[in-house]
Amino acid sequence: MVKKTLIPIGPYHPLQEEPELFKLYCEGEIVKDIKWETGYNHRGIEQLSEKKTFDQSFFLVERICGICSTSHPFAFANAIEEAGNIEITNRAKYIRTIIGELERIHSHLLWVGLAGHFLGYNTVFMWAWKYREPVLDLFEMISGNRNSYAMFKVGGVRRDIENNKISEIVKVLDLVKKKTDMLVGAVMDDPVIHARTKGVGILSKQDIFDYAAVGPTARASGVAIDVRKDDPYAAYPLVNWKVITAEKGDVFAKAEVRLLEMYESISIVEQCLEGLKKEKEGDIEVKVKDIPAGWGTGRAEAPRGEVFHYVLTDGSNSPARHKIRAPSYTNIATFKKSCIGQTISDATISLAAVDPCYCCTERMAVAYDSKTGYRILNGNQLIALSAKRTQNIKNQS
Amino acid sequence: MGFKEFCFKKSLWLFHFGGASCNNCDIEILDCLTPRYDVERFGMLLVGSIRHADVLLVNGSINQRDKSRLLEIYEQASKPIVVVAIGACGCTGGIFAEGNTFAGPVDKIIPVDAYIPGCPPKPEAILAGIVKLLNK
Repeated sequence: MVKKTLIPIGPYHPLQEEPELFKLYCEGEIVKDIKWETGYNHRGIEQLSEKKTFDQSFFLVERICGICSTSHPFAFANAIEEAGNIEITNRAKYIRTIIGELERIHSHLLWVGLAGHFLGYNTVFMWAWKYREPVLDLFEMISGNRNSYAMFKVGGVRRDIENNKISEIVKVLDLVKKKTDMLVGAVMDDPVIHARTKGVGILSKQDIFDYAAVGPTARASGVAIDVRKDDPYAAYPLVNWKVITAEKGDVFAKAEVRLLEMYESISIVEQCLEGLKKEKEGDIEVKVKDIPAGWGTGRAEAPRGEVFHYVLTDGSNSPARHKIRAPSYTNIATFKKSCIGQTISDATISLAAVDPCYCCTERMAVAYDSKTGYRILNGNQLIALSAKRTQNIKNQS
Repeated sequence: MGFKEFCFKKSLWLFHFGGASCNNCDIEILDCLTPRYDVERFGMLLVGSIRHADVLLVNGSINQRDKSRLLEIYEQASKPIVVVAIGACGCTGGIFAEGNTFAGPVDKIIPVDAYIPGCPPKPEAILAGIVKLLNK
């Protein structure tokens, strides 16, 4: 009988920039089981959000995750605007969409780089991150910061994209398109990348449904799920674009989906810029006096999948309850399918393939038990806990 | 030249500890390594083990689960080591300081030599911070 070996990855591993612990149970070189522990990144955001006003909460939800720092405010704004029945101006819609899509471009470039890094192919890492810089410069020009943009507010956006900036944005987009061509060529034709990613970490269509995976992870397995098409928001119904899917479900397919999505994003931004020229400059927000009691849900397609925000309002100026579900939360569960049965070196790229974002994911703290270490709740206990909390909220409102 | 100056004279090796952060500072630290900023030209390198490192970069607010691990990592480090707190969360706890799992900013847990504020600080600011520290 082969002895099982435990190989820990993390919590502070040089491969990952975020703290999380994976336990690979291996027999020889083959991964037989995988467990993961999170909680190193828990900050209590839902609870903090309830202490802040709606305007302040935007800065907080932006800092749920630095990479998807538009998706969370986007979903939060959608939720509040549904609760308050607010219709924003077209110019605000276009600006929101532009910021969201530019973020997708920089996030996908970041992933391509990190995937190369995970494969030990640092050339891809350096090239991809080099061409991410012009996109960050655009953000700095538009919002004043490279990463957290603070562009969103209830009823519109904080800053306008003036018409004289449009030509500059188009110029950068052309550069990014050219460099994407190069990256696509480099990744799609590289025999090393083919050998390392084809047939690795396969998720079938059924697995996607079983684990409720979202975003590029689902689209790479042939499930055309995209909130931008399924439940259109902001300016997405006003522009032409298509959902990119691939069939194979392996790591290569996920890379392909992300790379091709960047072209769609560039095209969406260009169309939005055209739309922006037709709208009146400065018409970026509607005055919102108060948010009535009620609730709203908001969804947005982050670079990693669907972000869901639920906001319960009680007529005051802060959310009474704020519930967040991030895409990585469901995508991480697919590791049980994609990593088991592979060699250790392939398991790491399978872990990276869903573009996991642990700072988005950590929505719950598990209490310490002084005698046994951590208390881990099982499924039924979690459901009971959630039902109890819902009942409490119902009693309050 | 004292022992400490001798240790930090050339080729600093960095170890990165990401606490409960939003990932922005982590990415900006990685960004320092990429072609535009390229800290490797100064001999700086991100290393995998704290035992090889001269500088410990800490970013993010520290929650109760990270606290003991940060202490442990600091104790494992070969001394002398320079600790740099990066970002608003690393310096003060930032927007997360009121959270229910917050366990104190970095300087309440381990001694900090330099603070680089910003949310997130730009790669230039991170470089400038480390250079200032070395000239001290």
